[in-house]
Amino acid sequence: MLEHDVLVVGAGLAGMQAALHAAKQGVSVAILTKVHPVRSHSNAAQGGINAAMEEDDPWEDHAYDTVKGSDYLGDQDAIEVLCSEAPETIIELEHMGVIFNRGSRGQIDLRAFGGQARKRTCYVADITGQVMLHVIYEQLMKAGTQVYEEWFVTSLVRQNDAVCGVIAMDLRSGELHLIKAKAVILCTGGSGRVYEPSSNALICTGDGYAQAYRVGAPLMDMEMVQYHPTTLPGNGALMTEGARGEGAYLINANGERFMERYAPNMMELASRDVVSRAEQTEINEGRDINGCVLLDVRHLDRNTIMQKLSQIRELGLEYEGIDIIEEPCPVRPGMHYMMGGIKTDIEGATFVKGLYSAGEAACVSVHGGNRLGANSLLDTLVYGKRAGTSAVLYADGISSPDIPDSRLQEDREHINGILSRNSEQGERAAALRLAMGQTMHQHVGVFREQSGLEKAQDTIATLKERYRNVSVDDKGKVFNTDVLFALEVGLMLDVAEAIVASALFRTESRGAHYRTDFPERNDDDWLKHTLVFSDESGPRLETLPVTITQWQPARRTY
Amino acid sequence: MQFKLNVRRYDPEAENPAPYWREYNVDVPENATVLDCLIHIREYIDGTLAVRCSCRSAICGSCMMRVNGQARLACATKAKDMQEAGEAITVEPGGNMPVLKDLIVDMDVFWSKIRQVKPWLEPVQPIPEREYLVPNETILDLTVAMNCVMCGACVSDCTSLEVDKNFIGPAALAKAYRFVDDPRDEARQERLEELSDYGGVYDCTHCFFCVEVCPKDVAPLERIVEIRERAQGAGVENNAGTRHAKAFEGIIRDSGILDEPMLLLKSIGMNPVEQMKNVPGGVRLLRAGKLPLASGPFHHKIPGHGNVKRLFEKVEAGQEA
Repeated sequence: MLEHDVLVVGAGLAGMQAALHAAKQGVSVAILTKVHPVRSHSNAAQGGINAAMEEDDPWEDHAYDTVKGSDYLGDQDAIEVLCSEAPETIIELEHMGVIFNRGSRGQIDLRAFGGQARKRTCYVADITGQVMLHVIYEQLMKAGTQVYEEWFVTSLVRQNDAVCGVIAMDLRSGELHLIKAKAVILCTGGSGRVYEPSSNALICTGDGYAQAYRVGAPLMDMEMVQYHPTTLPGNGALMTEGARGEGAYLINANGERFMERYAPNMMELASRDVVSRAEQTEINEGRDINGCVLLDVRHLDRNTIMQKLSQIRELGLEYEGIDIIEEPCPVRPGMHYMMGGIKTDIEGATFVKGLYSAGEAACVSVHGGNRLGANSLLDTLVYGKRAGTSAVLYADGISSPDIPDSRLQEDREHINGILSRNSEQGERAAALRLAMGQTMHQHVGVFREQSGLEKAQDTIATLKERYRNVSVDDKGKVFNTDVLFALEVGLMLDVAEAIVASALFRTESRGAHYRTDFPERNDDDWLKHTLVFSDESGPRLETLPVTITQWQPARRTY
Repeated sequence: MQFKLNVRRYDPEAENPAPYWREYNVDVPENATVLDCLIHIREYIDGTLAVRCSCRSAICGSCMMRVNGQARLACATKAKDMQEAGEAITVEPGGNMPVLKDLIVDMDVFWSKIRQVKPWLEPVQPIPEREYLVPNETILDLTVAMNCVMCGACVSDCTSLEVDKNFIGPAALAKAYRFVDDPRDEARQERLEELSDYGGVYDCTHCFFCVEVCPKDVAPLERIVEIRERAQGAGVENNAGTRHAKAFEGIIRDSGILDEPMLLLKSIGMNPVEQMKNVPGGVRLLRAGKLPLASGPFHHKIPGHGNVKRLFEKVEAGQEA
């Protein structure tokens, strides 16, 4: 029987950080991940990680920028934790081995990022996430933490109002196992694949959102979906905000730096929701180049590009055939990040006992309506650590769960159902996902309104119905990625349903959620979080007040 | 645009498992990558095809495989560039690792070799209150090694590993360089000694394949050579590799032409046990005619070998200047 005190699901930065800090307390900890840890999507964070590192930069200023960036929807107690613990987190990382680019005295150098009043972003060229992920994996190897590598959670086990384990498939053998755990921490990342296109990796299927949702943990602010202003039109790949941090311009078909009409002070470095909306407006009003605007770094020093933006130069060459040193590169807003997620408190605990969460999977909420660039890496580490530590405290106080073997049978039957269906007559998971992704992009993207959202709601309901007849070609056990994908699509449809329901519910415009039928922010009615629960009859919505400590909501301009 | 792919398949659950080839025709956008083609096959033509993939932008390292015979990241390889008139693009799993299913290989040995180099920082004591101060030039150099995404392309095509399973291999050695080169690491000397041992930096045969196939310009061979230089600079010389290099240099300097038996003896060193161990290998070399008998005092020098010596002196003077 497989059993641990704490089981972490997901091995990105949040997951590994949670596991490392849980293991420090001397309890039995394991990580379960559907891909090898260094394949995780934390890799994709290019630009950097924010922290008030300089003496004349109090962390409160970072917190204020974050609160303002969130369009006052972030919980200020959580943001205070995030920003006050940021500098020590960076130092810990540096001592762990993260290299960080340096300034003239050999100190950690800072670059400018969007939505912030000053330079506050620590970075390693444009591979910050990759370096951090590999370094924290080094620490995991050093600690000898057990990893269930290439395992996939098919469901969470909830008994007597508490989560006490998971059912998971070892992808290599195809066998299903019950893993008991006194506490489970979901660090499963975001759900970019719910949208088409998206900057996210193929593994970002929001597994944790759906699994938590299914066992009764509510999801918060799911309507807050970040569109990144600079993704490539071809495959949706990300071109770092660091480019604009280093001084890149955004220009439209007329050659204008159009941001001066939308954010005259911060220009290209306004917060992401503002820039993405500006771009989409330019595109909708016909000042586009094949549905794109242009990212222009031609005026930057060649050395700066080669040393600090080398990866995005490669991406431009690789996927668009454009050398950014010579030519501006077409970009457009692309689905990038989920501000919403599994509702947790500042200790990482969800509404369900025994279930914890951190990173993009969770919603504390530090990002509110719009996440600032380079705050996500920080979120993973600060709250990964907290979730790991508090899960151990909880696990300490309870005894080993007793779960009947029959629980395994439910998941086995579900999978056998998919395997047994004739693939000629069944639904292809890929077709369902594509239809879902395109609908979400069209109706639940940068701009939204009632009738479009209702269309999306109908489409998702139809797709869920069709999903009941999903089938696969691969009937084997070893690395059956066909079945894996079918299971992921089933989870994604639940996530899509939660996003649409939340977006319909919030009848105002705030942060990334812009309703053309309710174009103003409405603090009187909507200075609160949306909470979505999974009921028999579908999503049920509630609200939760926003925690305000020192910054009263104000008009937001950049 | 139409592409034809010939994919090497393997189903471990088949009655008599054996690799086979299957041809697929795909219709995808002109700028599609090989990975796009494989995903298209998996999603719309044949869901049984197993392939690891995630980021689609050459940062996660999942989709290493051989395309037209060479290790590559499928997501960073344009199908158009691989297609030759009338020919199918061949797609196979990476080499030097056991195949689990289709394009998925077992990377357990890969990772055990990574762990073998103790790939974590041993921080210089005392740990400062703030960050360590490090010159940016050092960071830029380290960034080259940190670019590695652990895709295993270098390991797949490494010709040393093909014949010597004990070789730590290019990926793990490049990873080791990242610590050897880091001024914040305290275990430098110990690392250099271990890396100079059997299976380490001297077991690379300089075929340059790792440099050629690395999709992230990590150039593992160059990192290996740098470790050697640092080891010798740090006085780590009691190993076959250093003795071999020094003997090679000494013999050429003195005679202008290589004296193979002497090179072998000097590389093994003055340890009779080690020398005895190498007798069978020596006999095999003799039989194959690879070991000229004239050696030591009988080894001839080339005419004008004094010029060779002067070349050495000139190079050395140049290095000092």
